[in-house]
Amino acid sequence: MVQKRRLRVMVAKPGLDGHDRGARIIARAFRDAGFEVVYTGLHQTPEQIVDAAIQEDVDLIGLSSLAGAHRYLFPRVVEILRERKAEDIMVCGGGIVPEADIPVMKKAGLKEIFTPGTTLDSIVAWVNANVKPR
Amino acid sequence: MKEIAEKVVAGDVRTVARLIRDIDDGMPHVRDALKRLFPHTGRAYVIGITGAPGVGKSTLVDQMISHLRKNGKTVGVLAVDPTSPFSGGAILGDRVRMQRHSMDEGVFIRSLATRGHFGGLTQSTRSAIDVLDAMGKDYILVETVGVGQDEVDVVRSAHTTLIIVIPGMGDDIQAIKAGILEVGDIFVINKADRDGTDKTMSDLRLMIDMDQKKYKDGKWKPPILKTQAVFDQGVKELMDTIEEHRLYNFKTHGDLPFRKRKDRVGQELAEMVKARLIEEVIGGLVESGAFDMVVEEIVSGKLDPYTACERIVIPVLGKRP
Ligand SMILES: Nc1nc2c(ncn2[C@@H]2O[C@H](COP(=O)(O)OP(=O)(O)O)[C@@H](O)[C@H]2O)c(=O)[nH]1
Ligand SMILES: [Mg+2]
Repeated sequence: MVQKRRLRVMVAKPGLDGHDRGARIIARAFRDAGFEVVYTGLHQTPEQIVDAAIQEDVDLIGLSSLAGAHRYLFPRVVEILRERKAEDIMVCGGGIVPEADIPVMKKAGLKEIFTPGTTLDSIVAWVNANVKPR
Repeated sequence: MKEIAEKVVAGDVRTVARLIRDIDDGMPHVRDALKRLFPHTGRAYVIGITGAPGVGKSTLVDQMISHLRKNGKTVGVLAVDPTSPFSGGAILGDRVRMQRHSMDEGVFIRSLATRGHFGGLTQSTRSAIDVLDAMGKDYILVETVGVGQDEVDVVRSAHTTLIIVIPGMGDDIQAIKAGILEVGDIFVINKADRDGTDKTMSDLRLMIDMDQKKYKDGKWKPPILKTQAVFDQGVKELMDTIEEHRLYNFKTHGDLPFRKRKDRVGQELAEMVKARLIEEVIGGLVESGAFDMVVEEIVSGKLDPYTACERIVIPVLGKRP
């Protein structure tokens, strides 16, 4: 067979803030890295994100938040994935997340948190190293 | 494999999602699952929605889902976006417009990339349609960007095909004429809130009327509808027209589902054989690097393409020309 598994990634924006520039930039970087990127748009609830991720059979969900929504919403996504027995879908987060919150996020089950200083290249490299198509 | 098919028929979302992934990734085991699923297909009504990027296809699909759900119908959606020729990746953004249906259990939405594989978009999309059909979805909506032959072939396998345009697309209407006019069962002028709707309407009308001969003897003549998808204007009328076309299909084909019609079955089988042969023959050569070597030989003038083709085909057929 010719076809190789291609990585599928969902980029989602939970919460109320209305800026998706960051999410769009990361989506483009993922596409340029050869991933299939499903973009869900703004104002997504954790439930919506998880249902979409399952229907799309993605390997990774990348959550983006700028307005403090991460604290409740990021862990909630992981929790719902578990409830749906879909914990094989990895979750990472990015955006404005205070350093102090990062260990809490990781403990909640997020695999990695990318803060504003992180380069696109290093995010892509992290995905390539840590996420394998299931 | 039996288990996969059983779970699909039972409507298990994760199994369906995974099977479509496997189809897209060209995993060999899917053939067995598809064989087992086939007896459960043929119930769904498939609607193709095609048109240039940005004309409002996804917005319209979102509204169509709502109308169908209001009537108690379940819906599957396949939204196809182009793969980047540079990276092989893709941004699949159609879902953005449909996310309000994401948690509705009666709706399954899947984004697909066009990829560049030999089996082709047409084959994998048809198989994905079969999966959603076997899953029990009443309606399957397939959104494609109406550009390549692949996309046209995809909507050709729909029972009703909508071609979406917007006002002021003079040149693009010419382009439609060249390519996909023949496959359109219903024309939709979306963004009818904009100037130029009437002009586009008369342009389209003229084009369709030029084919007057085709519509004799009670043959379906594509109607032209106006919609404003963002405002849910004209969508009800569109759904009614789709229903009319559905009834027309059933009447003219003696209640036969497409799967029982000789012309369709023949065409789809021929395409399937072609895709499989290309995949097996060319696929193997590409993997081993032999294909590239032959191409190099042609490019450098050492070999002509006719001889090259024979070199590839004869061993497979096991005979001399
Ligand atoms: N003015 C106007 N804009 C619309 C209408 N329908 C869709 N749009 C907008 O057109 C843009 C592209 O829509 P989309 O559904 O993504 O188009 P697609 O690329 O064909 O799927 C979006 O910004 C929509 O809000 C309409 O009826 N009127
Ligand atoms: Mg679209």
